[in-house]
Amino acid sequence: MSSAVPPTGTGALAKREARLAWALLAPTLISVSLVVILPLLAIIWISFKPFTLSDLRPPAPVVRESLRGSGEDLRIEYRLRNSSQEIAVAGVTISDTLPEGMTPTSEITAPCQLEGRDLFCDFGTLEGGQRERIRIPVAIDGEAESFENLVEGSVPILTGSGPNILTNFEFSLENFARVFDGSEFWGVLWVTLFYTVFGTIGALVMGLFAALLLNKSFRGQGFIRGLYLFPYVAPVIAVAFTWVTLFDPFSGSANALLVQMGLSEDPINFFGERPLALIMVTVFEIWRYFPLSFLFILARMQSIDSSMYEAADMDGASPFQKFWLLSIPQLLGILSVLFLLRFIWTFNKFDDIFLLTGGNAGTRTLTVNVYEQAFAISNIGAGAAVAVVILMCLLAFSFVFFRFISREEGL
Amino acid sequence: MRNGFVTGPLLGALWLVVIATTVAVTMSFATGAAFRPQVLFSVIWGAVAGLIYVRFPVRHATARLGVALFLGLSCLTGIGPVLIGSGTTLLALLITVGSIALVMHLSMAEILKELPFGELTRHEYEDAVIRFCTGFGYIFFTAIVVIPFYVMVMTSLKSQQALLQNPLDFSLDLSQGTALFRSYTELFRDFNFGTYLWTSFYVSVLTVFITLLFSVPGAYAVARFRFKGQKAFSRSILLIYMVPMIVLALPIYIAFSLTGLRNSILGIVMIYPVTTIPVALYMLQGYFRGLPTEVEEAGLMDGLSRISVIWKITLPLSLPALASVSLYVFMIAWNEFLLAFMLLDDPSKFTLTRGVTMLNSSEIPRQHLMAGAVIATVPIMALFLGLERFMTKGLTAGSVKG
Repeated sequence: MSSAVPPTGTGALAKREARLAWALLAPTLISVSLVVILPLLAIIWISFKPFTLSDLRPPAPVVRESLRGSGEDLRIEYRLRNSSQEIAVAGVTISDTLPEGMTPTSEITAPCQLEGRDLFCDFGTLEGGQRERIRIPVAIDGEAESFENLVEGSVPILTGSGPNILTNFEFSLENFARVFDGSEFWGVLWVTLFYTVFGTIGALVMGLFAALLLNKSFRGQGFIRGLYLFPYVAPVIAVAFTWVTLFDPFSGSANALLVQMGLSEDPINFFGERPLALIMVTVFEIWRYFPLSFLFILARMQSIDSSMYEAADMDGASPFQKFWLLSIPQLLGILSVLFLLRFIWTFNKFDDIFLLTGGNAGTRTLTVNVYEQAFAISNIGAGAAVAVVILMCLLAFSFVFFRFISREEGL
Repeated sequence: MRNGFVTGPLLGALWLVVIATTVAVTMSFATGAAFRPQVLFSVIWGAVAGLIYVRFPVRHATARLGVALFLGLSCLTGIGPVLIGSGTTLLALLITVGSIALVMHLSMAEILKELPFGELTRHEYEDAVIRFCTGFGYIFFTAIVVIPFYVMVMTSLKSQQALLQNPLDFSLDLSQGTALFRSYTELFRDFNFGTYLWTSFYVSVLTVFITLLFSVPGAYAVARFRFKGQKAFSRSILLIYMVPMIVLALPIYIAFSLTGLRNSILGIVMIYPVTTIPVALYMLQGYFRGLPTEVEEAGLMDGLSRISVIWKITLPLSLPALASVSLYVFMIAWNEFLLAFMLLDDPSKFTLTRGVTMLNSSEIPRQHLMAGAVIATVPIMALFLGLERFMTKGLTAGSVKG
């Protein structure tokens, strides 16, 4: 008699469930990998290539066909040119079909040949800026005007392409050499670290303070909570431009206020001077993101068991003792998670600095540098190289993040 | 340190500095006239007031009222907590004096509530300090949140000359009537802001729908089914959330340029949902996990297929979560700047945020820019205030489970 053995492996039901699960996930997986994974691979690929903004329009041959002259002197003209002034285009050919009722009056010469009605011209390589003109004298059987429409209406088939930097297999480390070159990179890295560390800690401390304020019920608590979330909810574009207006050296209210209160002699160029601009963008970051930490910390605070505080009251703990010895240990988990998340997000932040200073006056972080290299200097390859550096940093961060978060929050 | 006659004056001095600064800044922003807090005098008079409030514990003692009144009236001389410049209207003067006296009296009585003159227990001392910090916190946070938005709205209603003349003067000339809103009318008439508003709106709504369409099944699968790679998957959702947009925007820009999707709303609608799907997926799977499985199993027993269980049981149960997610996604799409900025060049296809960026040039007056900012902010704020409960929940779930 065989003893009962629990089934091993996956049963039919589990298999069906797994299949359904993947089916439900498929659309998301496909779209996300198209827009996230693929671009990430692309950016690594591009970072090894000398790719500039102008390479987005690769060199190609351009042709115009027309019917010229009249009577005896009628001819078809193909005018061909290379769209690029520098780069050669290889394998340039034209194929076209002569319309019915049109016959060439003389021998077709090289590089063209005619087979029946099919015209084929092979130009080989077209140098940068090179122009070619093919004239074929023809006789027509009918009205010139209708033929003109026929000829100009039909588009000849054109082949030929320039070297495509994106798809060839030539790689260079030039971009990385440029990115790491000189003191600029270390300056950018230092700015990024300053902005990230102080922005994150500042937002956390402010959020903790605000959460402590609102961690009691009173009338209007909901309203004030909503009000304190405004900086985060409003579009970044609106608040960034407001800050620029507010701190404008000529028409800014903040400067007028400082001068009037006797705190400053002359208006201060808050977003234009070297150490100050970096501090200001960090302050902006703190201002804009303290609501987020505030919200999380408040949510966590409200879920702390109140009986613990009652017990502490019975034991005669003072308010500060309750804060340091009860609240802070309870909040440590959420605080560390928030720190890691916000650290990474602040590190990734682009919009805020870009809108406030455009990366000038010593506020260029790594992310702003990506844009700066790719679009301001039009060197997409160098921008991609900076992006790869960012990805490397993120990889390190997320490693730490998962070590921590899986311990703290049991994810 | 822990004596009423030390703590009282100390807190009083600090508090009067806070109040004097607040009143001076508020009055400056409201009238544009010269108000200046005087730190030294504030410290002296505040300490005196603190001492009196601790010495006379009755709530409305004559001495208390007297010192509060003195603090207010001293602003009229040069030695008060607030120095008032010449050319101030009588009304502003009265408001300053009155508010210093009244606010000081009420708040001091509250902060130094039940504080004995002599030695303090640790509780009494810390409670007083906490009340002081609370008061300061409310003023501080309210100020830093309200001032930028106040400046934004008021600047949009002013003219360039008025702004340059006195950047602090935000008083409105109501006699202009509707001309007050000329920046807004110009934006809608000459700068196509009506179209941008509409584009932003339908792009955001489409983003919400597409996001839900993709993320609801995905989130359900991650939350409910056990399959190989489920754990890794639910982790990598967060990982995707951490890739910076600018890094993705670069290849997307190249790909869109090559395929001709740049400068088209289609491209924007294709790309926005992908940036929001991971967030939505993460939020929804958390919520689905919290739903009782028994209800769904009952449905399965009664012969419903998985798909109809999702459609008939899970979704109706998770309407609040769907509302939160929708609002959050709508907010992200509405506020999105980077992709719109990089991918849209044609002014007829701008979203609102892209339109506002266009106004940031030296040829366009500042108040237009601020009016644009107001137009971009008001709809999302209205939505937020109207549905604050859902929004807060969405924001909280949007990042880490708390």
